[in-house]
Amino acid sequence: MRRTVQLLRLAHARSGDKGDTANVGLIALRPEYYPILVKEVTAARVKRHFRKVIRGNVERFELPNLHALNFLLHGALGGGGTISLKTDAQGKVFSTALLRMEIAVPGSLRVR
Amino acid sequence: MRRDSRVVRIAAGQGFWGDWLEAPVRQVEGGPIDYLVMDYLAEVTMSILQKQRARNPALGYATDFVNAMERLLPQLVERRIKVIANAGGVNPHGCAAAVLAVAQRLGLGGRVRVGVVTGDDLLPRLDELIGAGHALANLDTGQPIADVRPRVQSANAYLGARPIVEALRHGADVVVTGRVTDTGLTLAPMIHEFGWPETAWDRLAAGTVAGHIIECGAQCSGGNCLVNWRRIPLEDPGYPIIEARDDGTFAVTKHPGTGGLVSVATVTEQLLYEMGDPRAYITPDCVADFTTINLKQAGRNRVEVSGVRGRPATDSLKVSAAYAYGFKAVGTLVYAWPDALAKARRADQVLRARLGALGLDFEEILTEFVGANATHGPLAPPPGPDLAEVQLRVGVRARERAPVERFTREIAPLILNGPPSVTGFAGGRPKVEEIVAYWPALIPKSEVKPSTEIVEA
Repeated sequence: MRRTVQLLRLAHARSGDKGDTANVGLIALRPEYYPILVKEVTAARVKRHFRKVIRGNVERFELPNLHALNFLLHGALGGGGTISLKTDAQGKVFSTALLRMEIAVPGSLRVR
Repeated sequence: MRRDSRVVRIAAGQGFWGDWLEAPVRQVEGGPIDYLVMDYLAEVTMSILQKQRARNPALGYATDFVNAMERLLPQLVERRIKVIANAGGVNPHGCAAAVLAVAQRLGLGGRVRVGVVTGDDLLPRLDELIGAGHALANLDTGQPIADVRPRVQSANAYLGARPIVEALRHGADVVVTGRVTDTGLTLAPMIHEFGWPETAWDRLAAGTVAGHIIECGAQCSGGNCLVNWRRIPLEDPGYPIIEARDDGTFAVTKHPGTGGLVSVATVTEQLLYEMGDPRAYITPDCVADFTTINLKQAGRNRVEVSGVRGRPATDSLKVSAAYAYGFKAVGTLVYAWPDALAKARRADQVLRARLGALGLDFEEILTEFVGANATHGPLAPPPGPDLAEVQLRVGVRARERAPVERFTREIAPLILNGPPSVTGFAGGRPKVEEIVAYWPALIPKSEVKPSTEIVEA
């Protein structure tokens, strides 16, 4: 049996900017959640999640040592830096925007 | 090889220009430290400082730093705590002179040696560099800088830790620099104290990781941390302290009795902040591999960091240039229940129609509804009809000033001739802001000559 859980219950995150690219670091709240993040939170999945928000591609990097994934969301910040008109011109809250995502987990997984 | 068994305590006192003024004071007064490092330069800060210097040749540096020195110098001198800050901006010598004047005034004349690091400023040499075939191509777009040359307001190479080490070697008590990497400020005292050679890549990478962890001040020690945020006391956040060792391992901690939190979670969040490819964190000093970092909670408010691997530095330095891009303005109004969001949407329609009728030419018009979609856009579920209020926030951008100026006159009329239940306009007309945009590029290291000088009162 599998069920769906919001990422907010499995991970925490921090985001920032580099030009028009936002980065989101996604960190497993428990080490046992990390393989689930690796499997479910793919670059393609994240691109789909943000499809109405970003114009460019999504890259993903793995940091198993920190039980973390790093995503680069290109074309995310309306031109970035001082050019952007967005409230979140520096991508500070792309972190929690990613945590809205729902992913499938094993039915037996213990989630707080 | 024999290792030096000392621990060097490096405290972060400022994460950006605008950070908490009390932080450096608390770092100095809260317990033992050997170095106080302060980061003042964000990406477009240099262009702001360049403008200030154009108006007054004595300015062009972070004045907050001089105020901090005014409060702290007597204690720093007495306890032999050294200070490293990239507060020099585009005028490190002016900054040094201001620090020395403060020292004189405090009766510390002759007891403060200020190291001045320069050589980062490429603006005076820009045409020469372009002429010599350096395109300084924009790292995001590939465009050569020659395309925007007349509008370039500042151009600085990011220097590394070495020129700071040079200043420390010559006995500097306070080191002020121009554009130096945030990480270099923290790495420099480690190189100096432990005598790390230029090829000790793993240890240089470890010092760089330490620098990355504390470069944003309290953002690694409980600030802006999502995990259990309700339980982190933030009234008096402890700013981070690195306890560095010769073997490249180090601890992240903070003074006892302070608020905030140093945990694997708080440090991990900061490690990932503004991260690109974690296997290649490139600085002038080395290339650090963030996938090798090992974190361990070693006690309350203490995280041990080990295992960091590094590779040789590249042959180039990053350049941060800034150029005049155009103009922007943001106008806001607040709409109240009932149907707050519908009213704000209607106001936006009306505003856009009027801007269109005026024939104004904007590069972009962006509308956000704060309270409904400003932070997460369409990812946020639509609010219910009982939403208490919503802020209409409209931003415009143009290459010319005139259309933006005209836009700033179109917000206030909506108060009387737009949709009802509107308020929140006490701030008056929006202000036109000049956009100074960021231009990242690379330059061969051989073209940049860092220079270090010691000045005394």
